[in-house]
Amino acid sequence: MNRRNFLKNTGCLAIGFTISGSFIDVPAPMFQDLPQSLKRHPNINAWLEVLANGQIRIFTGKLELGQGIGTAIAQVAAEELDFPIKNVEVVLADTARTPDEGYTVGSGSIEQSAMAVRYAAAAARQKLLVLASQQFNIPVDQLTITDGKICTLSGDRVFTFHQLLNGKQLTDNVQAPVALKPKDKYKLVGKAIPRNELNHMVRGEAYYVQDLRFPGMVYASIVRPPAYEAKLLKFDEKALQKTNPGVLKTVVNGSFVGIIAKEEYQAIKAQRWLQQNSKWSAGAKLPAARDLITYLKSLPEQPDEPSIKGTLPGKDAAWIKAQYFKPYHMHASIGPSCAVAIYDNGQLHVWSHSQGIYPLRNSLSKLLQLPTEKIHVTGVPGSGCYGHNGADDVAADVALLAMAYPGKHIKLQWTRADEHAWEPYGSAMIMEAAAVLDSAGNITSWKYDLWSDTHSIRPGGEANNLIAAQSIATPLKAKPGHGGGAARNSEPYYTIPNQLITAHIVQGPLRASALRSLGAYANIFAIESFMDELAEKAGKDPFAFRLAHLADERAKAVIRKVQELTANISLPANTGLGIAFSRYKNTASYCAVAAKVFAEPAKGIIQVQKMWAAIDSGEVINTDGVINQTEGGLIQSASWTLLEQVKYDAQHITSRDWVSYPIMRFNEVPEVEVVVLDQPNEKAMGAGEAAQGPASAAIANAVYKACGKRIRHLPMLENLMKS
Amino acid sequence: MGIIAIGIQRQNRLKILVIMNSTIQLQVNGKKHTLAVDPATPLLYVLRDQLALNGPKYGCGLQQCGACMVLLNGKAEPSCLVPVAAVKDKDIITLEGLVRPDNTLHPVQEAFVEEQAAQCGYCMNGMVISAVALLNEKSQPSDAEIRAGLQRALCRCGTQSRIIKAVKKAAAKQQGK
Ligand code: FES
Ligand code: FES
Repeated sequence: MNRRNFLKNTGCLAIGFTISGSFIDVPAPMFQDLPQSLKRHPNINAWLEVLANGQIRIFTGKLELGQGIGTAIAQVAAEELDFPIKNVEVVLADTARTPDEGYTVGSGSIEQSAMAVRYAAAAARQKLLVLASQQFNIPVDQLTITDGKICTLSGDRVFTFHQLLNGKQLTDNVQAPVALKPKDKYKLVGKAIPRNELNHMVRGEAYYVQDLRFPGMVYASIVRPPAYEAKLLKFDEKALQKTNPGVLKTVVNGSFVGIIAKEEYQAIKAQRWLQQNSKWSAGAKLPAARDLITYLKSLPEQPDEPSIKGTLPGKDAAWIKAQYFKPYHMHASIGPSCAVAIYDNGQLHVWSHSQGIYPLRNSLSKLLQLPTEKIHVTGVPGSGCYGHNGADDVAADVALLAMAYPGKHIKLQWTRADEHAWEPYGSAMIMEAAAVLDSAGNITSWKYDLWSDTHSIRPGGEANNLIAAQSIATPLKAKPGHGGGAARNSEPYYTIPNQLITAHIVQGPLRASALRSLGAYANIFAIESFMDELAEKAGKDPFAFRLAHLADERAKAVIRKVQELTANISLPANTGLGIAFSRYKNTASYCAVAAKVFAEPAKGIIQVQKMWAAIDSGEVINTDGVINQTEGGLIQSASWTLLEQVKYDAQHITSRDWVSYPIMRFNEVPEVEVVVLDQPNEKAMGAGEAAQGPASAAIANAVYKACGKRIRHLPMLENLMKS
Repeated sequence: MGIIAIGIQRQNRLKILVIMNSTIQLQVNGKKHTLAVDPATPLLYVLRDQLALNGPKYGCGLQQCGACMVLLNGKAEPSCLVPVAAVKDKDIITLEGLVRPDNTLHPVQEAFVEEQAAQCGYCMNGMVISAVALLNEKSQPSDAEIRAGLQRALCRCGTQSRIIKAVKKAAAKQQGK
């Protein structure tokens, strides 16, 4: 069988070892594990299209959340195809156009989507060369791709991709092995390519879901119950209409109440009026009077298998113990959740900043009893979300309204209080650590217990966990989330022979779901604070103590890097340097953090002056992307650690604005410095969540060094006095 | 111009008043607009919904986050609470209005792009507007003055360190000119 027939017969691209372009000397690796996304959507044209205008269009099922995924994906595509990056268009998550890649979560966009695009683009390259060879009767090894065009090595003949395909697309399956561009030939990957969307944002061009406008669009607001599970008893719709001009319709479905008005401000005023003038049942009481730690530990637990290594000594061994605590935290997006929808001619179209538009479509289908084919969800960027915020809920709200008021685009912008009071929070957690040291100061035994609520109630294609679903006339019962995320990073990455780790998963009082890094933030806060406490007991320096307990050279390298970065800093009175390390999920990015903190407990002052991070997330696609995510992670985590906790009374959440839920402002924000240890030959790993955990412990450890106070309960500022 | 009814609560009795939807003249980004609008409407909604401007963003509606900043006679002010009637004599500039007639960027905008001073970018409006106002008052601000000048604007993505760099760069650019 000749090459051509082989390709024709198999109908796919098993070509890495038979065909070459400019990569003539590069054999494809014998074993390539293609990303799951690509296995599910194996056709090249699911990921890549050649356009008549000289551009290529790349599809991703992931949404831009401010993490720069659009740019990273354009980089890998342009790289593999030797195509000018400015001519690469990236289409984000859309149920009518892009592959279903589930949720944009867990720092998985690079590992899945960008890698799928890399293989698809590489396969496209090979296919294009073969086609050119066939059409123009030039041996494939005489062809190459330069600047987005196929040309002969002599340069006398040039063809564009579009000429070659003549309006057709590449439909072949991408199959391993695929010859990839050798990394030492990279011109774009691994560089700090600026994100083009900033040019649009900075001019105030329409970019966010909040900026969508349609002719005749109307505006909505939602009236939530005054407490979880409270039921609507009555309100006077006539009075509402009379006192609130512009109200077009009030949608009441059980205890789900929405208002549609001609103008946005009218919808807001009507919401306020209704909040004052409606009667609700009391709903579920919150245990506001009880200490949250005692309360969480008193709750029934989901059975969970502890993780065991070796054998632990008995009670009379010299156990060193400490208890740590993290309260509920908000995602606290600067722009509250928003969605637009229209129901017209039996079709529902929703525009949403949800992290998972395909699962959302399934959830909406169940909520509305509408087949999925009748629902189109278009992903449009919103304000940064950092996990599961109100995005899915607001989309469900507006979909219900659209069904009740067909034919018009309806925009629903949640208010600040809507988002603060109803978004699902990052769970409160209790962590109890205990360890035994041997005479040489090594940790021999480790016991760790954590208590936490779920870290994911993402709708996941069901309707039950949408707020609206629980209020409608035939309400759905909320489904318990899964507890897995709570144990994330609960196992120390250190070499400790005997370990017992137990996760106690409970159902806490507040609505909780995925917040950036899930349980890793609190677990690393505890483990890395405890490591410093143990180092002190062992009479060791925190750097040396950690290094002595690590076997992984990449882990040691990030710690040494931070040590080097902070070697010559000055530490005046009341100033301390703290460090911490973790490998995210124990399988992903390595990150070491140092914090320089000024602390004066008598005055209630903790000032994080500067933070350093060294991060190794394997192969780096966009250096500035990794730096930006890590800088942001440091600052956000510093804010969580020092300031944040969701407050509530017996009735409901009382943190309803930026005064009752303060986050860091400019005067408190530390200076940050990030060093990326690029590993071009290692697997690319997401970097977006790696700094959250170590940043918190580095601050706690620095506070201790600065003033001798060991703060184990967050938020630090509130607990500084108590400790 | 339409007729609208607004209700006011007085001595526990609801009275319905019928008033005229006023006509208001606004000066936005150098252009005069005549708008039929309830004069109590906060400026933000008029800018976004009636004038289709995207720069000012809704963040809190409480003057706490800065997402909705505009320049009112050169000063950075939140637009989410101020009634449109109260700004009819002011010169209002939004993010869009900073772009020069030849479509090039204002030095502050330019610096934000160059420093890649955003993640989600939702806060960028408040940051750029605050920075422009700051640099109008103080051409070479210190770090502390930059922080103070941007204090009202929140960023949740944690890009403040880049924003500070961008403001410094903008200051340098403007000095160079
Ligand atoms: S929206 Fe105006 S300050 Fe927040
Ligand atoms: S860049 Fe997202 S809020 Fe500032």
